[in-house]
Amino acid sequence: MGDYAQPLPVPDPDSAPFWAACREHRLVLQKCAACGAVRYPPGPRCPRCRAREAVWIEAAGRGRVYSWIVVNHPVPKEVYAAEVPYVVALIELDEGVRMASNIVGCAPSAVRGDLRVEVVFDDVAPGTTLPRFKPAPDETR
Amino acid sequence: MWTLRDRYCIAGIGETAYTKASGRTVLDLASEACLKAAADAGLAPEAIDGIVSFHFNDSVPATAVATSLGIPAVRYAVDFAGGGNAANLIVLAAAAAIEAGLATSVLCYRAMNGRSGFRLGGGRELSARGVTQFTAPFGWVTYPQAMAMWCRRHMLAYGTTSEQLAAVAITCRANAALNERAMQRAPITLDDYLGSRMIVEPFRMLDICLESDGACAVLVTAAARARDLAQRPVYILGGAYGGGPNQGDDLFDALRWPDHAHNYSRYIAADLWRSAGVGPGDVDVAEIYDCFTYSVLMQLEGFGFCGEGEGGPFVQDGRIARDGALPVNTHGGLLSEAYIHGLNHVLEAVRQLRGAAGARQVPGAEIAFTSAGAMTCGSAMVLRR
Repeated sequence: MGDYAQPLPVPDPDSAPFWAACREHRLVLQKCAACGAVRYPPGPRCPRCRAREAVWIEAAGRGRVYSWIVVNHPVPKEVYAAEVPYVVALIELDEGVRMASNIVGCAPSAVRGDLRVEVVFDDVAPGTTLPRFKPAPDETR
Repeated sequence: MWTLRDRYCIAGIGETAYTKASGRTVLDLASEACLKAAADAGLAPEAIDGIVSFHFNDSVPATAVATSLGIPAVRYAVDFAGGGNAANLIVLAAAAAIEAGLATSVLCYRAMNGRSGFRLGGGRELSARGVTQFTAPFGWVTYPQAMAMWCRRHMLAYGTTSEQLAAVAITCRANAALNERAMQRAPITLDDYLGSRMIVEPFRMLDICLESDGACAVLVTAAARARDLAQRPVYILGGAYGGGPNQGDDLFDALRWPDHAHNYSRYIAADLWRSAGVGPGDVDVAEIYDCFTYSVLMQLEGFGFCGEGEGGPFVQDGRIARDGALPVNTHGGLLSEAYIHGLNHVLEAVRQLRGAAGARQVPGAEIAFTSAGAMTCGSAMVLRR
């Protein structure tokens, strides 16, 4: 893991609780304390009611594929040559927000629109855990 | 809404050669294009008092070009931070500045060593700060990768096919064959397209625009003044800039965008056509921002040239060819002429409306449409001769 070359998230005051939860293998989302709107990515204010106060809720970690790409050509090569082909997807979580992540645990050709997926946690580097997604069990049966 | 219909003009155009390795500074390229645009209009550099550009941290500021050209009185020098979304905005901003009395004759340019220097398509700096912490760690780092996500959504929503994307690439290349400035002029077939390397599915190599070193410039001035200048004026009928809600934290970010099967165009179309006083059916030639094949389909739909979801079928059967119902990207576009971030589309529209497009002239072209942008925000104009 010491030679992990891919970009690592740099937490900031808005996002630190999200990444800290990932390290504990929990997926959390901001929920506005005033109007209850759930938002992602983490941000300083509720875009619906502009309130600043938010609470962090546990997400179910389940959703569906909204769109996806298969990266065949690695850019930059020295970072991604060993990773291709890999899938990046926009995943619509059951809580109603969209998250970018990877689909793992299946061939890229097995990904399709509306595929049900669930979160898996990948400890990629000391102190950094990424939430990725795999096809949900009811999809692979 | 734009309220300056017919009151401002593009009076001059200029450009450098488009190459893969200019061997020149961006300042040199920008200076050449700007000088040519002023000369084309019949204006001495001393008469220029405004200069405006847009950049992606890959260019030189307007004040640098004004200094390079020895412009004595710079009343309006502005740099917009933006990608292709700003290519029509800077022209509108120039006219607005003149209307406000801030300047009288404004150069608008875009200059970059986009192949030999900073390669926009080659991936952003691999950092993951700000909103990028929610994209880059997953290997989602380049613009082709960003736009492929939109394209896939359009395919899911409307059944858009690779053959339909190919029609855009093939049309642009056929037009470029008649354009001596174009970087890629060898005709391509559907087999060439389908056989080109898969870069980021659903995009093949031939879905993705060129990377170019070069510069473009246009000179904007008031209609009353343009009538005394060297060229037949091209009038700005209408214009619009913007996008929908949740445009995101930067050009890449569309995590909160409402629907990736549609882009900015649907949000600015009504203002654009209302400001111009004409509709899509009145357009003789359309120079549509084509950083990727798919962005043309999105904009054909959003601006109302065809119905929602019908962009794919619309571009087939020669409808967007030079002799089709709606000639599109007569210069070859970003896909085959050069990637000067959409300002080259404005130059081509001006040439078409002057009747100076040579072998690729659309006969009798009176009204041209230009657009710039592919994702959450963009700009567009309607021009007339």
